[in-house]
Amino acid sequence: MTVNLAHDLDAASIRTHAVAADWRAAITLAGDALAAGGVTTDVYTAEMIAAVEKLGPYIVIAPGLAIAHSRPSPAVLRAGLSWVTLETPVSFGHKKNDPVSLIVGLAAPDHDGHLEMMQALAGVLMNTEQLAALKNADSPAEVLALMSTPELTAERKAHS
Amino acid sequence: MKIIAVCGMGIGTSVLLKMNTEKVLRTLGIDADVEAADIGVARGMARDAEIVLTSEELAEEIGDVDAQVIVIDNFFDLDEITEKLTGALE
Repeated sequence: MTVNLAHDLDAASIRTHAVAADWRAAITLAGDALAAGGVTTDVYTAEMIAAVEKLGPYIVIAPGLAIAHSRPSPAVLRAGLSWVTLETPVSFGHKKNDPVSLIVGLAAPDHDGHLEMMQALAGVLMNTEQLAALKNADSPAEVLALMSTPELTAERKAHS
Repeated sequence: MKIIAVCGMGIGTSVLLKMNTEKVLRTLGIDADVEAADIGVARGMARDAEIVLTSEELAEEIGDVDAQVIVIDNFFDLDEITEKLTGALE
């Protein structure tokens, strides 16, 4: 648990209280946020949407959570993440895990070079309390602070 | 024993599923190799695997293989993974 997800996440790649009309708009937000952080080009956004069109909403891997991603391609500039929380959750057409309120955009230039980042991501997404606090965060700075300082989550819980 | 965690692209959800499956296997004391794979190579890899873990949408894509195909609804629910793996190994 020494890996800090905030190291892989640029403030420019975080959106809170974002507004999306549907799943395509939600993935587009995650793609724009990746591009804003210099992780991908806009082409990658289209690839992420095409992946869902082809394979279905399998990227909704837990209740309320979609991991938007595509395969390694020239549109990927480096391994990285984006983090988008929605003001109003949207449906991805998943049978069990809809509606989605958090979209994590993910890009990697190869299959193996980003395992530490994935471990850090899994650590955050599996920590129910930390995840709840992150979903309620009001700014990119607050998201990064919560990721960097797990103690903040406990403090917030005590005050709520 | 060989277990394959399958996702569409092989970089994201299958890696998360592989990590959590390894965690469950350690708790259960079961020795197995878990590999992450994308849907394109999964069919070939499933030939010498006992178990394939994936999501419902992709289970349909994998189609008919000798390995047992198990559908996981919540990739972060260790209880669900534990229950379904235990059921498959009995």
